[in-house]
Amino acid sequence: MRQKISYLSILIVAMIVVMVMMWIFNGNDFMSFNNFQSMGYQLPELGVLSLAMMITMLTAGINLSIVASANLSGIVMAFILTGMVSQEGVVQDSSGVVVLAILAGLLVGILIGFLNGFLIAVVGISPILATLGTSIMIGGISVVITKGYVISGFPKAILTIGNGSFLGIPIPLLVFLICAGVMTVILEKTPLGTRVYLMGSNPIACLYSGVDNKKVIFQTYIISGILSSVAAIIMIARFNSAKADYGESYVLQAVLASVLGGVNASGGFGKVSGLIISIIILQMISSGLNLMGVSNFLTIAIWGIILLLVMVVKFLLEKNSQKRKFS
Amino acid sequence: MKKLLYRHETYVLLVIIVLAIVITAINPSFFTVENLFDLLKSTSLMGTFAIGMLFVLISGGIDMSFTAVATVTGYTIAVLLLKHGDSMNMALVFLVAGGLGILLGMLNAVFIYFFKIPSIITTIATQNIFYGLLTVVSEGKWLYGFPEWFDEFSSIRVFTLYSETGAPYGLSIITVIWFVLLVISWFILKHTVLGRSIYAMGGNIGSAQRAGFNIFGLTLFVYGYMGLMAGIGSVIQALLVQTVAPNSLVGKEMDVIAAVVLGGASLMGGTGSIPGMILGVSLIAILSNGLTLMRVPSQWYEVVIGLVIIISVGVSAYRRKKITRKRVITESN
Repeated sequence: MRQKISYLSILIVAMIVVMVMMWIFNGNDFMSFNNFQSMGYQLPELGVLSLAMMITMLTAGINLSIVASANLSGIVMAFILTGMVSQEGVVQDSSGVVVLAILAGLLVGILIGFLNGFLIAVVGISPILATLGTSIMIGGISVVITKGYVISGFPKAILTIGNGSFLGIPIPLLVFLICAGVMTVILEKTPLGTRVYLMGSNPIACLYSGVDNKKVIFQTYIISGILSSVAAIIMIARFNSAKADYGESYVLQAVLASVLGGVNASGGFGKVSGLIISIIILQMISSGLNLMGVSNFLTIAIWGIILLLVMVVKFLLEKNSQKRKFS
Repeated sequence: MKKLLYRHETYVLLVIIVLAIVITAINPSFFTVENLFDLLKSTSLMGTFAIGMLFVLISGGIDMSFTAVATVTGYTIAVLLLKHGDSMNMALVFLVAGGLGILLGMLNAVFIYFFKIPSIITTIATQNIFYGLLTVVSEGKWLYGFPEWFDEFSSIRVFTLYSETGAPYGLSIITVIWFVLLVISWFILKHTVLGRSIYAMGGNIGSAQRAGFNIFGLTLFVYGYMGLMAGIGSVIQALLVQTVAPNSLVGKEMDVIAAVVLGGASLMGGTGSIPGMILGVSLIAILSNGLTLMRVPSQWYEVVIGLVIIISVGVSAYRRKKITRKRVITESN
């Protein structure tokens, strides 16, 4: 075993182990088309939010405002959707409204991303504090404009995004795969991607090689904001409602998913492929335990244990390969 | 004097003074001894957590799991109080909660030191583990109806005054506990080798290791101390509300981190002090108390708190940026 074991192969092994274990525990209930389809509906929310978290972590930052941002853009979309529908009283011809709502939602994400970028790049606040501050503030704005109530009752067209399927593939899953594809292209094939990785591993070297670090930060957090809004579309479409405090626990779970997917918390390393496998692992655990009738909270605990285990294995393998190098 | 102007804490103090004047102008009952004692009592919880967080931040780490640790210790003592309440006393409650907190905190330290897992990842994982397992075991039940002596202890006052209407008020024993913890922690950080080693470790862990500091011991101490504060905090929480709920603390960890950073601790490690931390915690406490007294609708609280965090951290970050730039320019000339 001369070659260094890649982190991706550890993840794939972990995924297979989890799948086999869940198969043993649940029998063919787990290995059924229905189960995989329902996993396909459930995982995109955390998946897209994790992509939003991942790109900021690659630059050695973090974005704690993804969920607050998603909720606010969900609420703005919900206002447009419900407002228009009740005025016209007709639900069928609403695709124009849906497009308008989605555009407004994405705009909210862009604005929040711009605000985060401004605070981090221009003012010079550390990402964790800047996005914590905006997260609290944006969450507050959501509470103020909804007065804490749930907004619900959307036209059919948007509900299809959350609950429909195309050739048997859930539409939310398609949305996630498209986002993951676009992210892969951005990170691997564009100059921005190279700059993101470079800035994450060494911001000073990056600056001296002629990169406008500030611009990269702005771009990163705006992409993160847009992805949060995409997650918001999936969320409101699946629940048929929007609220100021949906899914608050997703913030730390998105960090967990990214790190499990091989993203280095201090920046510079991590690939979309790793993240996808990590999301699949987490969803298989969650669905498998759900089939067994186990509490959701045990799922959370097991996610934590898996994260620690994988980090320990990664550490031991790296240490081992280093020893071989020196001997 | 000039040095004082450069200090982050000076700005926090200024903001607090301005805030206090504005609040008092709108509602004079803010600046009364009675409100002050109330404020001190309710701040003790966040203030205790903040002590532990300060130690962790100075050492260059972060702890996202302390709310889950406090949930576990709080629930444990609640169960014990309900089962064997008559044969227990306050010292034993603190001992159990503190001891369990130290153990759970040290578990974090073991992962962080031996497997070199970044502290933020370790503690996000352990938060999930502690909180998830506790909620499964407890089935999310709220516990209340503790023995009388536990309730009585929470209303002990070191001295008692009477308001115009005859209602008693005074310095609560809970506040005194927090003050004692503050003094001990200040002494450790400022006047012991241990405290100075924590600063050294946070400043540059590589150099500290080569200089012969026992990094494992320090890591154990710092996360153990955070666990101890989480344990004591959970007792304070139980004393304040006389109820233990599994979901009352988890999710609030960032509020504490924000307060400590407002008080001048850096997320990069190596800086921070007890007096600064007290200012940071006071700012957040006075702000939320003041918003109530100024009859601001509660929906606006988070907007205002978020703005204050952004502005006050922003001002000091922007100044620091300016100063370093000026220094670079003058030095290169």
